[in-house]
Amino acid sequence: MSRKKLSRRQFVAATALSSAALITAPYVRGAYAAGKLSIGFWDHWVPGANKASTDIVNAWAEKEKVEVQIDYIPSQGNKNLLTIAAEAQAKSGHDILAMPTWWPHAQAELLEPMNDVMDGLIKQNGEPNGTVKYLGQSKGKWLAVPASVGSQIKGPCSRIDLMKQHAGIDVQALYPAGAPPKADSWTLDTFLKAAEACQKGGVAFGIGLGETSDNVDTAGAIFQSFGAALVDEKGNVTVKTDAVRQALEYYKKLIAFLPPDAGAWDDSSNNKWLVSGRGALIMNPPSAWAVAKRDAPQVAEQCWSHGFPAGPKGRYAPYLSYFWGTWSFSKNKEAAKSVLRALSQPDAIEKMCVASGGYDLPCYEKLTTLKVWQEEGPPKGTLYHYPNPHNHQTLSIAAAPAPPKIAQQIYTQATLTKMCLRYHQGEAMEKVLAWAEGECEGFMRS
Amino acid sequence: MADVALQSNRAAQAARKRGSLHRMLKRKSTVAFLMTLPLILLIATLVIYPAFYALHLATLNKSMQRFVGLSNFEFLFRRETFWLVVKQSCIFAITAVIFKAVLGFIIAHFVHNIPAKGQRKWRGMLLVPWVIPPAMSTLAWLWLFDPSYSAFNYTLSFFGIGPIPWTGDAMWARFSVILVNIWVGAPFFMIMYLAALKSVPEQLYEAAAIDGANWWQRIWYVTLPMMRNIIAITTLFSLIVTFANFDIVRILTAGGPLDHTHIFATWAFRIGIEGSDIPLGASVSLFMVPILAVAAIFILRDVNKRGNES
Repeated sequence: MSRKKLSRRQFVAATALSSAALITAPYVRGAYAAGKLSIGFWDHWVPGANKASTDIVNAWAEKEKVEVQIDYIPSQGNKNLLTIAAEAQAKSGHDILAMPTWWPHAQAELLEPMNDVMDGLIKQNGEPNGTVKYLGQSKGKWLAVPASVGSQIKGPCSRIDLMKQHAGIDVQALYPAGAPPKADSWTLDTFLKAAEACQKGGVAFGIGLGETSDNVDTAGAIFQSFGAALVDEKGNVTVKTDAVRQALEYYKKLIAFLPPDAGAWDDSSNNKWLVSGRGALIMNPPSAWAVAKRDAPQVAEQCWSHGFPAGPKGRYAPYLSYFWGTWSFSKNKEAAKSVLRALSQPDAIEKMCVASGGYDLPCYEKLTTLKVWQEEGPPKGTLYHYPNPHNHQTLSIAAAPAPPKIAQQIYTQATLTKMCLRYHQGEAMEKVLAWAEGECEGFMRS
Repeated sequence: MADVALQSNRAAQAARKRGSLHRMLKRKSTVAFLMTLPLILLIATLVIYPAFYALHLATLNKSMQRFVGLSNFEFLFRRETFWLVVKQSCIFAITAVIFKAVLGFIIAHFVHNIPAKGQRKWRGMLLVPWVIPPAMSTLAWLWLFDPSYSAFNYTLSFFGIGPIPWTGDAMWARFSVILVNIWVGAPFFMIMYLAALKSVPEQLYEAAAIDGANWWQRIWYVTLPMMRNIIAITTLFSLIVTFANFDIVRILTAGGPLDHTHIFATWAFRIGIEGSDIPLGASVSLFMVPILAVAAIFILRDVNKRGNES
């Protein structure tokens, strides 16, 4: 049996080659040299809107040589909330996960700080609005990156014809397309008179009083317009104040002009109210208008998105923000941060806004005047004032400025709409306030 | 010599061990245990582990970083809404189970009296509400009860009745969720009672007839005593399932208006998942355990007693 001997030269050559291969291996880029990344995006309502996010991520993945897996998680049935809770418990899951409004704070201890990403984005895109800072920051730490996908203002969407006919209000004159608002007369008093006139005309305002988000958001904005907060920013209960009493009195008057079944409304009720032609105004992002464009074009042609009426303490509009968060236990944090930067570039944001038909709303100050809102129609300019391009109103969220973990409880338990309903149903003001105070004290749990 | 003796001892011991293992494997109880082992493992993984995990969660603070013992329960006992939920869960479960049992009993009698030829079709049709996933059938009910476009209200309007706030008024909303639960659950009672009715010996009815018993006396003195165990077990089973119901209330009212239809599971979801307070949510859902355990002890003790008597 022959046995080949390894010469000294051969041994040295083989060793040198192996060492060179080992040292240079990390720099040789294979198809997925930079590893894997899993993303859980919110599954968009608007058909085809997900494709824009997929395209942006795929382009980034090809450039960076990262293998990406994207899951689109719907919010129907709170599937996204269940995913967040499950991944937080399991300490395992997606590297990036879309989180609505309160969830970055709810999971603050488990999220990777994003200051290094946000510093660059703020320099490039401008300051994020106050609500995004309130929801996305904790003790100077950015908990997640604001997502344009899914973020929205739930302002009024009025019927041009019905508001003129029944309330004598020309919403296009108040909020002209392509120009700053001329809406000094658009106050809560005017709003109440218009609600009464439209109700008498058989086209009541479609504002719900149920326990879901749309109902709570409207109540939140109206309370803030009176300067009414149940808990202040320091966590003190401030239920028994004149501002809260004024807001409740106002709501009691307003409820008399709303549909009698408003207490049972969910987030789809107002959309149906507008699309079926039964109402002159709802509080919603342009999704209702988009559905009307498809199912009832004659209704869509008369829709106009505009600002909230002003109250004694200012003009507030509900802004609901989505975020993209990365878990602290994520296996590929650097790649996650890199793709979040790519998704937050102005051209990427514009692409996603266009794909959503103008529904998505970036939070950055330099990105509220994109072409999509100027061009969408019919009628042309219907979305011009949707992104608050002239900073005409303060963007906020119901239950702010309470510390977010307390505010989340006020919001989720729909304390504001419950107070309004109780008072409307004949419960004494002080009893309603005492009930709300007890609830808020319970929300202080840590 | 000693080595040889030791070796033979070992061999005998090994043979005895093999023999006892063989005998153990041949025992019916061992075979039964081995055959149920996959199910036992499944239940251990999907029921027992989560149950203990829920117990563990219920003893943590809101951020799940600190052990707080029974503080979560103590906190719940001080909440007005919690006692409202306890009251509603009891109203919901007890009313629904009573009506399901009564309706199931009546329908089972009707079906039992249908000639055998056509009975299968009726059995099949009557089981449909129970067979359809409740999440789907409740969506259909939601459209019937819709606040603004209720098909029921549309029909009632022809008779000058309504509109009824099916999900907008506390009492009507409670009525609606209980009605749907009865609609879904009554067929289960019907099929169980039908099986029990079929097992009552015909001779007992003949003897009762000879004694001059009327229709009511036959039901009271023959049918009901013969069905008592099935009624008890079915009631217990339904009580547990109805107490733990989630989908019907969640889809129809989501607990509203003003929390007046929340039951344990929906309120636990609202607090635990939507409110990001998982320990408190776990505590709410665990509160059902003692209530159901007490019910189970009483009902099963009664069943055992009757078993021993017979």
